[in-house]
Amino acid sequence: MKIMLVDDSRTIRNIQKNILGQLGHTEIVEAADGVEAMKTLESVEPDLMLLDWNMPNMDGLTLLKTLREKGRKFPIIMCTTEAEKSRVIAAIQAGASNYVVKPFSTETLAEKIAQTVKRAAAAPAPA
Amino acid sequence: MASRRPVVMGRATVTVSPRRSTNGGTQNNMDVRYVNAFVGSIRNVFRTMLGIEVEFQRPVVKSSIESRADVSAVIGFSGDASGVVVLAFGLDVATGTASKFAGAQLTLGHPDFADALGELANMVAGGAKANFEGLDVSISLPSVITGQGHEVLNSKVHPSLMIPCQCSLGGFSVEVAMKVDKKSLVGAAS
Repeated sequence: MKIMLVDDSRTIRNIQKNILGQLGHTEIVEAADGVEAMKTLESVEPDLMLLDWNMPNMDGLTLLKTLREKGRKFPIIMCTTEAEKSRVIAAIQAGASNYVVKPFSTETLAEKIAQTVKRAAAAPAPA
Repeated sequence: MASRRPVVMGRATVTVSPRRSTNGGTQNNMDVRYVNAFVGSIRNVFRTMLGIEVEFQRPVVKSSIESRADVSAVIGFSGDASGVVVLAFGLDVATGTASKFAGAQLTLGHPDFADALGELANMVAGGAKANFEGLDVSISLPSVITGQGHEVLNSKVHPSLMIPCQCSLGGFSVEVAMKVDKKSLVGAAS
């Protein structure tokens, strides 16, 4: 399974990579912001994306909306410090498949990934 | 040891000055209920991401925000509340904290050193603002300032408060200068 990590913090991407490695996921693609992600996605179709919200150049919510408008249907988990209910609702309405609030534990991230992958396998991702 | 000349790493703009006292002056009227939101967030971030328990001493109210530290991670607030939060460390504690968070040895010159501390500040600020019930608040991208014994100054119109923290890596402080522009109740931080 190809997983794309979009976060402007390399430390967070490394932590996510370590957790994904423990879960047996080694095919990882990375981007540091929305613009870089869009460029990478011209040639890559991930099976899952972990997406930060607050990033320079293009934030995560804008990237999420853009991808859904373009018909990209792979599951996207928002992984962000934005914890308010209004932010979660905005992300889900924009097409997020799941939501993880930072700080996160290994168990929480693993559970959300498993949950999202299972849902995606059972039904099409949100348009 | 960190250089005496302050260096800003990151994207936001902040003002730094050589060490000097900023006590006295503007009367402080920051709502102490907001302290709980920051205390809860600091505890949660360090427990979840570093596996470390933090103990808190009595917060100190100051007339302007100040940071006598070697490394400061800074994040701004805007919206219904405006201001800044600063995580202020001595160099050894900063190095230990960044390394523990990243799971690798990060020294001052390492390219991920500022990234790690900036992300910690981001989590602290994000977790705190989630408990500002009824307030729509945005946070800036983090900046990290290095320089031996430097001080971070914020606008004197903002009331400020310092929360001394102690953990197994050593002591550090979290400094909050925040002005609420909208009256609201604040939820208790967990």
